[in-house]
Amino acid sequence: MADHQTLGEVLSSRGISRRVFLKYASYTASLMALPPAASTAIAQGLAKARRQSVIWLSFQECTGCTESITRAHSPSLEDLIFDFISLDYHHTLQSVSGHAAEQARKAAMEENAGNYIVVVDGSVPVKDNGIYSTIAGMTNLQMLEETTSNALAVISVGSCAAFGGIPYANPNPTGAVPISEIVTDKPVINIPGCPPIPEAMTGTISYFLSFGAVPELDHLGRPTAFFGETIHDRCYRRPFYERGMFAKSFDDQGARKGWCLYEVGCKGPVTYNACATLKWNAGVSFPIQSGHGCLGCSEPEFWDRGGFYKPISTGIGDATRLIGGAAVAGAAVGATSAAMMRHRKKKAMQEG
Amino acid sequence: MGLLDFARGPALQIALAVLVFGVIWRLVLLLLLPRLKDLTPARRGTRSAFMAGMREIVHRLWPDKTYARRTMFSLINGYIFHIGLALIVFGYAPHILFIEDLIGLSWPALPSNVINAIGVITVGSLFAALGRRIINPVQRIISTFDDYFSWLVTILPVLTGLIAVSHLGARYETLLAIHILCVEAFLIWLPFGKLMHAFLVFVTRGQTGAHLSHRGVQT
Repeated sequence: MADHQTLGEVLSSRGISRRVFLKYASYTASLMALPPAASTAIAQGLAKARRQSVIWLSFQECTGCTESITRAHSPSLEDLIFDFISLDYHHTLQSVSGHAAEQARKAAMEENAGNYIVVVDGSVPVKDNGIYSTIAGMTNLQMLEETTSNALAVISVGSCAAFGGIPYANPNPTGAVPISEIVTDKPVINIPGCPPIPEAMTGTISYFLSFGAVPELDHLGRPTAFFGETIHDRCYRRPFYERGMFAKSFDDQGARKGWCLYEVGCKGPVTYNACATLKWNAGVSFPIQSGHGCLGCSEPEFWDRGGFYKPISTGIGDATRLIGGAAVAGAAVGATSAAMMRHRKKKAMQEG
Repeated sequence: MGLLDFARGPALQIALAVLVFGVIWRLVLLLLLPRLKDLTPARRGTRSAFMAGMREIVHRLWPDKTYARRTMFSLINGYIFHIGLALIVFGYAPHILFIEDLIGLSWPALPSNVINAIGVITVGSLFAALGRRIINPVQRIISTFDDYFSWLVTILPVLTGLIAVSHLGARYETLLAIHILCVEAFLIWLPFGKLMHAFLVFVTRGQTGAHLSHRGVQT
């Protein structure tokens, strides 16, 4: 596509009708719970937009986020790549490698200075000068700082980029940190999840392309359109919770009847994500529907919250030794106090 | 670390440690304290100290006819919020899970909406107890900081629990964290104030019964 062409012109030249385009715009609007008028605004915004340069950086991650986005059904990754964005750098999806790949990243940064979006998956190790993860001889920290220096905005996809994720989990041997701790002078949108829901990623990118602005975010930098409600709020098993009908194990009668998974550790009540509404694989299912409790993967430090199979109402960590020590100390202090009183009484009686 | 993780983690561990330390300290001290021997001979026909103590425990569960009318409100209201608190603590599914995680014991739960109703009644009963304490001149005069603070740390867990299950005013995780922190304040205060009666009520009543029986008091 010629760089001077707008997306509307490109789509039109490819034979994509205005009807199809509007349908896509209204789907994106409804995906993000925007008012009906917004679909027109999205259509107009996208039609006027130029193809957005996107640089995708992968650091301490498992490629699950990329696996997830390749399964987006609307807008699909193909829609995004072929129609709306120019994915100028992405380890898994790019065909080039080595110097040519790095050259592509640098060229995109130069040609679109101040206008490109950086998408990051994975956390950044900063311990020992960041030597625990390097790409093309650069530490992740160096690459992130260099690439974001002239970026328009940064989108942290996945819990590793958004909150540190598994590399950040105790004892965090590489000193991993989330992107927002390093990039502080640019808008950073967090789309957490392990992996994130694909439509949350593509929908946020589409919003950004349409309106040229960051969508409404919550206090953790997550788009409220996808992270505004808890899984529990929209869970189809919620009525069982209200009635106190819980599965006690994964193979009991309650589990077979689809009762609430709270007692087997579901973190749905404290997890903000759209799994229960958007679901996965084009709306087929989501973990709770498949019989497993929510792990709380779109929340910070989900890996260190006391265990996936421990209910939310239980404590985190083992206090046995502390409580045992407190009991011994209490008995010792009590016995000592009593002995002192006996001694004082005896002395007083001797004196009296 | 978020507020909820703090409440479920370090704060809970500290609260439990303080509770265990305080309760054992006070119980051990009480049992080992030097006692003045009652040198008077026991009245003829008195029961053994144990039986007299047990009788007093049962007897004090309901007021004597002489005081029945005057104390009926406090008595019934007291029963309402004590039973209410017990049902909430030991009958609500998430609380049973908490106890099971702590000591390994578990039992069937009451339905959540039943617990909610009990919670509302308990809060009302606790406010009634406070109202009486403020209105009744004698109770007002003998009330100390301990009474009011013990009331506060008792009602806060119930109130914040009701707010949390109703998702009122803030995000659920914040409400849940506040609720857990209120419970922890209750646990920390318990051994050091009048809430210690949870452990001492029958010990002190039994001791009083044994003492009165020795002196020949007819109850």
